[in-house]
Amino acid sequence: MADRPLPPPETAVEWLESMTLIRRFEERAGEQYTRAKVGGFLHLAIGEEATIVGAVAALRPTDYMIATYRSHGQALARGSEPGRVMAELFGRVDGLCRGRGGSMHMFDLERRFMGGFGIVGGNLPLAAGFGLTSDYLGSDDATLCQFGDGASNQGTFGETLNLAALWSLPVVFMVTNNQFGMGTSLERHSAQTNLQTKGEGFGVPGMQCDGMDVIDTWAVTSEAMRIAREERQPVLVEALNYRFRGHSIADPEDYRSEDEVLEWSKRDPLVTFGDRLVAEGILNDEQREAIDLQAIETVDAAVAFADASPEPEPSSLYDDVYVLSDQVRGWYSADHRGAGVQKGEDLS
Amino acid sequence: MAEMRYREALNQALAEELERDPNVYLMGQDISVFGGAFKVTEGLMDRFGEKRIRDTPISENTIVGLGVGSAMTGLRPVIELMTINFSLLALDQIINHAAHVRYMFGGQVSVPLVVRMPQGAGHQLGPTHSHSFEALYLHVPGLLVAVPSTATDAKGLLKTAIRDDNPVIFIEHETLYGQRGEVPDDPDFTVPFGLAAIRRAGSDVTIIGISRMAQTAERAAEQLAADHGIEAEVIDPRTLRPLDLDTILESVAKTNRCVIVEEGWPHGGVGANLAALIQEQGFDDLDAPVGRVTGVDAPMPYAKSLEQISFPHEEQVIEATLALFGDRKRASRG
Repeated sequence: MADRPLPPPETAVEWLESMTLIRRFEERAGEQYTRAKVGGFLHLAIGEEATIVGAVAALRPTDYMIATYRSHGQALARGSEPGRVMAELFGRVDGLCRGRGGSMHMFDLERRFMGGFGIVGGNLPLAAGFGLTSDYLGSDDATLCQFGDGASNQGTFGETLNLAALWSLPVVFMVTNNQFGMGTSLERHSAQTNLQTKGEGFGVPGMQCDGMDVIDTWAVTSEAMRIAREERQPVLVEALNYRFRGHSIADPEDYRSEDEVLEWSKRDPLVTFGDRLVAEGILNDEQREAIDLQAIETVDAAVAFADASPEPEPSSLYDDVYVLSDQVRGWYSADHRGAGVQKGEDLS
Repeated sequence: MAEMRYREALNQALAEELERDPNVYLMGQDISVFGGAFKVTEGLMDRFGEKRIRDTPISENTIVGLGVGSAMTGLRPVIELMTINFSLLALDQIINHAAHVRYMFGGQVSVPLVVRMPQGAGHQLGPTHSHSFEALYLHVPGLLVAVPSTATDAKGLLKTAIRDDNPVIFIEHETLYGQRGEVPDDPDFTVPFGLAAIRRAGSDVTIIGISRMAQTAERAAEQLAADHGIEAEVIDPRTLRPLDLDTILESVAKTNRCVIVEEGWPHGGVGANLAALIQEQGFDDLDAPVGRVTGVDAPMPYAKSLEQISFPHEEQVIEATLALFGDRKRASRG
C-alpha cells in the first residue's frame, strides 16, 4: 500500500497511544491468564492493533461497532475503561458485563460497542439488525461489523450480505483476514482467497486495506462508512493482518513457521507507525517512550482495579436472565436446588 | 366481543400493536405480498406498508439474528417463521443471542422480540414438517414460551408478547388457525403471561393440556364424565415460561391425581418437566403417579394410519386417566 499522509499530529499520537494500550493490555491479560486470574478462553489481538484502532477511528460516537470473541481491543479503542475490561476478564462485579460474559463477550452500550460474540459468524445478522434500526428510525448512524476470515465461510455471511444489500442497510462488514481460521490457513479453508470479492455475488462491493497500517485502515474504513451512510450501500472491507500470538492462549502454533511469524513481525504496526511518527518529527524518542510507560501504568492500574473488585454475589445469579415484570405471577425460573421461591417467581 | 377465527384474532392483535407502537414491525417469509403462509398477516401490508411488514429471503438464522440486533437497539420486531420446523435453522440466534445477550452483557440490553410460528402434526407432512418443540424452547433460560390454544388467547397472549421486554417464543398450532371463538375487540384487551386457564372445573383428576392438547383434554374430560363419572379439572397453562405452577398445584391438592397431555416427544418433554415439579412440590397431595400422554417416541411417519396413532387423541387421555384410578373406575368403562 502506498504511504498515506499522516493525520494531524494530535490524532496520530492518539492512535499510537490507543494501539500501545491495546498491546500492553493484551500482554498483561496473557500474563494474568497464566496466573489463573483469567479463566476460560483468551484470544489476544497482539499484531492486530492497527486494524482495530484504524477501524474504530473511522466511526462516529453514535455508530455501532460489533466484533468477535477477540475484542478486548475494540472495547478499549471505543473508550471503555481498561479497569472494567480487565475486571471482566477476572470475572468480577465491576467488569463491563458484571462478570457474566468474560473475554469473549465484552459489551459497552454507552459507547455503542455492541459486543464481542463467541460464535463464529454469529454477529453478522446482529450487525444487519443495528443497520435496520438506524434505517427504520431515519438516523444516519452506520454499523461496523468485524469478523475473521474463518467467518466468511459461515452461512450467516452470505445470508447477511444478501439481506443488507437487498434492504440497503448502512453496514460495513470488515473481514479481518489474519490468514488463519484458528489453525487452518486461508488457502486451506476458503476456495476464494481474495476475500474482498466474496460479497460481490450478493451485491456487496469489496475494498481492501492494509490492516497492519493504521492510516490505511482508517482511510479505507472511512470511505466504506461514507458509502454505507450516504449511499445506503453495504460494503465488505478486507483488512489484511496477522496475529502474532496463537489463536488463543492454548495454541501451540504448529500450523505456521517461525519464519513466517518473524517476517510479519517486521511489520509490527506499533513499531512501523511509531518509527514514522519519530521520523516525521511528530514525536521524539522520549515522548514515544512516555506513551509506552503511560500505557503500562494504565494497565497496572487496570489490574489493580480488577483485583480489588469483588466477586459477584451468589444472590445475583439470576439477575438479568429476564426483564421481570410485577404484572406476572408465574414462575420465570425453576431452581433444582430446592423448592424455595426464587427471585422473579411467585410475585402474586 | 366478536366471533372470529384463531388466525383472525392473531391478525387483529398484530394490527392493534402495529397501530399502538410505531417501533413494532413484522418480518418473515411471504408475510407481506402473500399475506403469510397461513394468512395470519393478510391485509397488513396494505395498511402499514412495506417498511413495517417486511418480506424476507429464506434465511431463518439471519432473520432471527437481524431481529435480535434491531431489538437490542430499540425496535420491537415480530418475526414469523413459516413453521416451527424451520426454527431449527435459527437455533444459534435464538439461544445464543435472543435468549442470552441480556444476561451475558450484564443487563445492558434487552431483547423485546417475538418469534411466532405454528407447530403440530396431522397433515401427513412426515418427519421434518410435523414437529412440536415447546419443550425445546422451554428448556432455555432467557426465553418465554406461549402456547395459545384458543382464538381469545391467541389475541391476548400475542399482544402481551409484543409488549413484553423479553424474547418470546410464540407457538401457534397449524390445526387451530381455522377455529372460531369469541374474541374481545377492545384494543386494551390482553391475556397476562403466567396465568393458567381452568378450562373445566372438576374434583377427581387434574388434566393439563399443552397447546392444542388443551382442547383434546377438554373433550376427553367430557367423555370421562359421561362414561365413567369422573369429573376432571382441565388446565391450560397458556404460557410455559413464566409458569403458573400455583394453579396446577392448587388443583392437584384438590383432585390428588394429575395427567399431562402434550403433542411432543416424551423424553425431556413438558410433561416430564411438570411431573417433576408437581412431585417435588405436591408429593403429599398425590394418590397416584403423575400420568403422561405424549407423542410417540419416534419421528413422525407419513402414512395417515401411522401418523394418527403417533400423537395423542381423546382415547389415550381417557386411558391414562383411568389408569390412575385402578380397577374400580376401569371396570365401569363403557
